[in-house]
Amino acid sequence: MKKLQKSNLQSVSGSALPYIVVVAAFFIVTLLQKSGNLEQHMQGMLVPVCCYIVMALSLNLTVGIMGELSIGHAGFMSLGAFSGVVASQSLIDAVPNTALRLALSIACGACVAAVGGFLIGLPVLRLRGDYLAIVTLAFGEIIRDIITCLIVGHDKNGLHILFNFRGTKTVADLELVEGGLPIIKGAQGAIGTTKISSFGAGVILILIALFIILNFIKSRTGRAVIAIRDNRIAAESVGVEVMKNKMIAFVISTTLAGAAGALYGLNYTSLAADKFDFNKSILVLVFVVLGGLGNMLGSIISATVLTLLPEVLRGFDQYRMLIYAIVLILVMLATNSPKMKALLQKLLQDVKTLLFKAVPKRKSEGEV
Amino acid sequence: MIVFLSHLINGLSLGSVYAIIALGYTMVYGIAKMLNFAHGDVIMVGGYISYILMFNLGMPWWVALLAAMLVCTLLGVLIEGFAYRPLRAAPSLAVLITAIGVSYLLQNSALLIWKSNPKSYPSIIEGSLMLIKGETASDSLSVTYISLMTVGACVIIMVGLTLFTSNTKMGKAMRACSEDKGAAQLMGINVNKTISVTFAIGSALAAVAGVLMCSSYPTLSPTTGSMPGIKAFTAAVFGGIGSIPGAFLGGLLIGLIESFAKAYVSTQLANTIVFAVLIIVLLIRPAGLLGKYVPEKV
Amino acid sequence: MKVFEKGKMVPVPSTSIIPERDLGKPPVLECVHLGIEFGGLKAVDDFNLTVGKTEIAGLIGPNGAGKTTVFNLLTKVYTPTHGTIMLDGHDTTGKSTVQISKMGIARTFQNIRLFNNMTVEENVRVGLHNRIKYSTAEGIFRLPRFWTHEKEFHERAMELLSIFDMQDMANIKAGNLPYGAQRRLEIVRALATNPKLLLLDEPAAGMNPNETAELMENIVKIRDSFKIAVLLIEHDMKLVMGICEGICVLNFGRIIAKGTAEEIQNNPEVIKAYLGNNSMEE
Repeated sequence: MKKLQKSNLQSVSGSALPYIVVVAAFFIVTLLQKSGNLEQHMQGMLVPVCCYIVMALSLNLTVGIMGELSIGHAGFMSLGAFSGVVASQSLIDAVPNTALRLALSIACGACVAAVGGFLIGLPVLRLRGDYLAIVTLAFGEIIRDIITCLIVGHDKNGLHILFNFRGTKTVADLELVEGGLPIIKGAQGAIGTTKISSFGAGVILILIALFIILNFIKSRTGRAVIAIRDNRIAAESVGVEVMKNKMIAFVISTTLAGAAGALYGLNYTSLAADKFDFNKSILVLVFVVLGGLGNMLGSIISATVLTLLPEVLRGFDQYRMLIYAIVLILVMLATNSPKMKALLQKLLQDVKTLLFKAVPKRKSEGEV
Repeated sequence: MIVFLSHLINGLSLGSVYAIIALGYTMVYGIAKMLNFAHGDVIMVGGYISYILMFNLGMPWWVALLAAMLVCTLLGVLIEGFAYRPLRAAPSLAVLITAIGVSYLLQNSALLIWKSNPKSYPSIIEGSLMLIKGETASDSLSVTYISLMTVGACVIIMVGLTLFTSNTKMGKAMRACSEDKGAAQLMGINVNKTISVTFAIGSALAAVAGVLMCSSYPTLSPTTGSMPGIKAFTAAVFGGIGSIPGAFLGGLLIGLIESFAKAYVSTQLANTIVFAVLIIVLLIRPAGLLGKYVPEKV
Repeated sequence: MKVFEKGKMVPVPSTSIIPERDLGKPPVLECVHLGIEFGGLKAVDDFNLTVGKTEIAGLIGPNGAGKTTVFNLLTKVYTPTHGTIMLDGHDTTGKSTVQISKMGIARTFQNIRLFNNMTVEENVRVGLHNRIKYSTAEGIFRLPRFWTHEKEFHERAMELLSIFDMQDMANIKAGNLPYGAQRRLEIVRALATNPKLLLLDEPAAGMNPNETAELMENIVKIRDSFKIAVLLIEHDMKLVMGICEGICVLNFGRIIAKGTAEEIQNNPEVIKAYLGNNSMEE
């Protein structure tokens, strides 16, 4: 009985831990900010870090929980980013309150990414393994190309959208009336955006993402998705629909990516579609894999550390990406290679031996 | 008609470059069952090595080509030995991330050594062959020697690889390893050696592709290899990953589609069209054009 | 051996023994001329079988005879190229694996297929997926129906696990269970879907004689308490002869004999199939 209580307690603290960490981090950072101990460029990193955390959580749902490798997740982020920017810029007069406008824009970005996720999920989720991966990559590139062709503006007559696929049109072709606002200028991307993202909003978004994902995993549909990942044929044999359940998980994942994108887009005055290329998808995938598949707290930590690592290494400037690459390879080798694992353990043992002279005695006991 | 033919020639030339890269991709995938994302960056290294030898040290192009192949072969074997071999039993995602790490490593090393400003890479063979002589430039059709060489090299490599995998002992070992590593090992095949040789061949092909590609599209920068790498990977999947004729066919088709899309639809949307065709093909044939679909055994 | 005459189905003369208690009731399963070809190779050919409402039937035969293929046809993992499968009077042509599960066939697998990263209880909960329902939104936002239905999930799962006295193992990861327990869990998970027909693919494989004896009792117990039919593939003849009322012998994809345990044991065709021609001549 005692044992049972303890395990219950553990599982409660286990599921609450990510929330606690996020809230604690929020208070610590706010304290640092208030006392003026946070450097300028670190302050600038706060919103991006939140966006990447939400992206990592969202991708972890697809890769870790659903078990399908997606290497085009930045595409959904950019759908959210640009629709969020369009929403926000169009609502500047209608909704002067920035917090409300930010919430509306994020919701808009999330919705667009949800629709995109559904449409792309229809073909993508039919495929398996590496073929699925390459198609997500293809869609990521397609979304980027299409946004590069968009010219969008807003005036009192509403939204004006041009599809510039010949590369011959400019903002002038929108024929905005006096006082109109160009929002997206083709390859240049969004320009003149009013920055309204805030760290607070980022933390709230992280908490919402955590709430949705953690609750989803521990629900009927979430169980079905994990069952499909573990053994698709067995799941089908007990009547679990593969396509439907995967689609639900995938749309939740892309919706959150869209929300993260909107927050990200509204953190910069200008933003080009090229920012959301294949490398960005890979970046987020690296967060997920290093944080541990299916491990949400791990995703939060690795997204934070790896986003800040290049900034911390700024002193080394031209070597920082090189160091990043080497760290990445070494971490993967250390965590996945049996030889390296053994070596690390031996090293750890040696260090212990050096620190505590009593260890050798215990070791001999252990050998028996 | 002349315009169409010239786009056809461009497409074939571009497609041959993709095909050569895709052949390397497909061999490595077939045997190691991993997406070697660093493959595109090996192309870039090949480009830089040949550039230095030809234009800084004044060597003839064939010496530069051979040297680039040698360096890339070594690089490929080293990468495999240090980064991928320890992860043979690891989950495929871990290997994928490591490959991405290697890709970053190569790109950023190149950035440090050769700096970010793109170098202009003169063609290894100048001049072109006039096919149809017209009154003006727009009436006449010519094909550059480098295009001819690229297409020729691609065909030779494809035929060579097919013969190699079907007739030689090492080639058969490769095919055995790609089907079942455990069984191959029990039959006395040295799996590690076989995989090393596969990486060596794939990387040497990447060097060839690098030299040919830079000769046709004369800019060279540390990120030169990424996009062709992704396209070639697409080509390999398109044709059926693991299949040598598939990679050849996929490469040529992707090159042709890209060339025609640029000419007749939209420059901006050329990649979109290429990827859209890929998606459609995979929906109809889930294992690519020439790939074999193996259903899961129950 | 004619089956279809101008589109009308004529019952296939079945030698399989339907237990007396099931005689008046419609059979749970009727396979008529069932077959599948893989690239010209007839893996299963002209397979006719009737299983009574609460019958325990056995499907035996040498390795590679096509027994598991029959299961895959019944559950539509493979689509039959010939013949029809009637489940409880309903035609299953064109149905998917998922629909078949909803119609009432549940199965276990020869090479165990559990959800290894889930706990024992969660495995059973997945089996209950179509019997207890609430929407994804209710799950995410923890609305009242989530709590009531999750409670029901737990109670039903525990009840099902009690068949094999596995309640204590509820929180163990399925992948960490000992082999025998994994086989039992597969049966529990299959039962969770509320089947009319339970297919067991080598349920006793890898079990010791004691475990097998216990399993035999349990299969009969399951049939009696759930009032369902069981069709099982097994190499352990003690189990087959002990509990199967009707036995069907398959060799090279074709049925070579049907009957009771006694009839099968004395059938020369069966002996030939198992021991080979030479031993007969000696």
